[in-house]
Amino acid sequence: MDSLRPASAGTLESSDAYVEIEPSEGGIQIHLESVVLERFGEAIRETVQEVLEELHVADACVRVVDRGALDCVIRARVETAVRRGRGEC
Amino acid sequence: MSKVVKSLREAIALAGLRDGMTVSFHHHLRNGDFVLNFVMDEIAGMGIRDLTVNASALFDVHTPLIGHTESRVVTHLAANYISAGLGRAISRGALEAPVEFRTHGGRPKDIALGRTPIDVAFIAAPAADPMGNCTGRIGKSTCGSLGYAFADAMYAKRVVVITDNIVPYPLQGWSIPESYVDYVVTVDAIGDPKGIVSGTTQVTRDPVGLVMAAQAAKVIQASGLLKEGFSFQTGAGGASLAAARFLKDIMLREGIQGSFASGGITGYLVDMLREGCFRSLMDVQCFDLKAVESLREDPRHQEISAMQYAAPGERGAVVDSLDVVILGATEIDTDFHVNVHTDSNGSIMGGSGGHSDTAAGSKLAMIIAPLFRARMPIVTDRVTCISTPGQDIDVLVTQAGVAVNPRQAELRERLEQAGLPVVDIHELKERAEAITGKPKALPKGDRVAAKVISREGELLDTIYTLPEGR
Amino acid sequence: MRRSMLFLPGNNPNMLINGSCLGADAVIFDLEDAVSPAEKDAARILVRNTMRYMDFRGCERIVRVNAVDTPYFAADLEAILPEGPDMLLLPKAGTAAEVQAADAAMTQAEERLGLQKRAALMPLIETALGVENAFAIAACCPRVEALFLGAEDLTADLQCKRTKGGREIEYARTRLVMAARAAGTEVYDTPFTDVNDDEGIEADAALAKALGFSGKSSISPRHVEVINRVFSPSPEEIRYAYEVMDAIAEAKAQGKGAIALHGKMVDAPIVSRAQRTIAMAQALGISREVTA
Repeated sequence: MDSLRPASAGTLESSDAYVEIEPSEGGIQIHLESVVLERFGEAIRETVQEVLEELHVADACVRVVDRGALDCVIRARVETAVRRGRGEC
Repeated sequence: MSKVVKSLREAIALAGLRDGMTVSFHHHLRNGDFVLNFVMDEIAGMGIRDLTVNASALFDVHTPLIGHTESRVVTHLAANYISAGLGRAISRGALEAPVEFRTHGGRPKDIALGRTPIDVAFIAAPAADPMGNCTGRIGKSTCGSLGYAFADAMYAKRVVVITDNIVPYPLQGWSIPESYVDYVVTVDAIGDPKGIVSGTTQVTRDPVGLVMAAQAAKVIQASGLLKEGFSFQTGAGGASLAAARFLKDIMLREGIQGSFASGGITGYLVDMLREGCFRSLMDVQCFDLKAVESLREDPRHQEISAMQYAAPGERGAVVDSLDVVILGATEIDTDFHVNVHTDSNGSIMGGSGGHSDTAAGSKLAMIIAPLFRARMPIVTDRVTCISTPGQDIDVLVTQAGVAVNPRQAELRERLEQAGLPVVDIHELKERAEAITGKPKALPKGDRVAAKVISREGELLDTIYTLPEGR
Repeated sequence: MRRSMLFLPGNNPNMLINGSCLGADAVIFDLEDAVSPAEKDAARILVRNTMRYMDFRGCERIVRVNAVDTPYFAADLEAILPEGPDMLLLPKAGTAAEVQAADAAMTQAEERLGLQKRAALMPLIETALGVENAFAIAACCPRVEALFLGAEDLTADLQCKRTKGGREIEYARTRLVMAARAAGTEVYDTPFTDVNDDEGIEADAALAKALGFSGKSSISPRHVEVINRVFSPSPEEIRYAYEVMDAIAEAKAQGKGAIALHGKMVDAPIVSRAQRTIAMAQALGISREVTA
């Protein structure tokens, strides 16, 4: 796996999510803030985890500030942050 | 003779306020109101406790009330609407006794019937004379209509008018006459003009809002109600106001003059009055300065009390003459029950206001709501709280189609004939969930935070506290 | 049928997720001008996901990729083509060779990715060179199914001011319609950019229809309804079209060759126009009875 540098993607606009990623040792840590935390918090965490797995990220600290983004938007923002962190973009 | 007393404290003492009594307030100064807070501080300073506060609505500016509940100066609250910040504190269990929510029509009715007697009413007045004749039409803290204060003035045992603009007797064009008033108190300021009325009210630019608004206007046109004498009410919120704009285009194009528009009045409705879309405005509350100015100067723009506006009963009210009302929803379920009390986390953030009164009275009660809002589907199996029963809601307009209450078969037929995209409400629910995913069920706390009382005075639903730690 | 085509900024989730319900026959996900260079990657992934997960319900999906000569073009194809766009809008199309290069790149990507569906190509004519080469561009390969006029960049290239009246783009408009029709493709008009001018959009759309455009694009959802109305056949047009078809059927039954309707000869172009009108009315769900 490529080395990861701190990177971010997305915005704080309504229906968007802002995602920050940075390297970490010892697995995945997800910090989530969301306007729909009670109702979709678990679903969002699962989605973030899934995208990281698909991109073979094993160790990272991810912070997500969710403004009511749909699943496909969260996926896009996490993927963008990872790719930026790897210098792919 | 003069009813002006030296101080607020003197007025409170003269009014005989004691432990366990009920005080009342109106909400025409909205989030700019100073009066409720300084009156409650004064009462607290006098050592009076266990009071019930009955306000027509409460805003975030009134958050100091929570301090008074902690010290047990206030133990009971009643209001028709409570905004989100204060609502959150209540949802976290700030009071032991459940807050009582009523409607704008139910509150004055219950006061008049003695179900919710008021001991001392405090009436913030932008202008008053020394005998207590008062109005909201003029003054630095002008708010226009004083509609929600009438029942308090008429039925409270003692009435204290509080003004920052005392004028020589007699005040011209009063709203509330001296015959109801016991004491007059003058203060430096009753409110912050910036929070009382907004300068202008903006029509939404949100594309989904505009799509729904255009659809709403078509539904009204297809309903057959849009003809000479048409009567109409809409809120000041985004899509509702935009719907009024599309309706105005149709009315002007087809030369239709309506009889009246009612409720909370915005500059936009004033424009419609001036351009001949309506013969009259029935104003229980002004939302912006243009509405205030119009109420002051245009005799066709009439002030009405909350009782005349919305009270249930055999004598009827303005709402019973309404053809169409456009309303919002935080949730609507497949039985068309609507929630406007709580947000997606179950926290209090509103209230019925005139929602269920107008829905019950009007011929066509329309909800405009997007399929989903910040990932929360709006159409659900069961609303968190029933604010307005589904039997009073006729049609739901979303960006993805129009759902008609099965009770309204004829309306459904009319809309279909007009080529409108009529869909089953269950399908809208499924479509919304396909986009957002199904939200997790909302956990409830173990205490009742509020009771929702219908306009007829019966328990409609119960709002629970948020679970511990939230 | 593409009466209206609505541009959706490629990095704006709120617009993208609601794009299908704004009434347009087609949406154009914009990865080019609406997206800053620093966000090209984010918009590409966001548009890809929107196309993958959101149901656009009969709304055609077009993507404005970045121009062939930019570093973004190849990555745009790679991300977007697998999602099965109906068309790509190719900016700054100046010559047939450029468009053929784009076509070749698309074919290559489709083969490499093992894609069944081939996306159509719609060159965006927004330079003086593009206007002058319009026919060659429209006819350069089978993948080109339409031309698209972009007046903002074009007027900058012409060193003139873009006006509401549009005198400065008269030549480009007629030239594009001529070129597209000669090549047998569709042709779409530039957006009207004043969001608050309701009369202006109506007049501009009516002009485009009168000149022969197949439809018109829009940067504002507010314009969509007007454009749809202007580019839909009117009840009179539909009624006349059915009369033409009736007259033809009757003539055939009687074995007559030449037919007249309301004192005018009905010739082949009138018949084909009537057929197009009826097809469009049927697609819009307008029955003959409604217009009678």
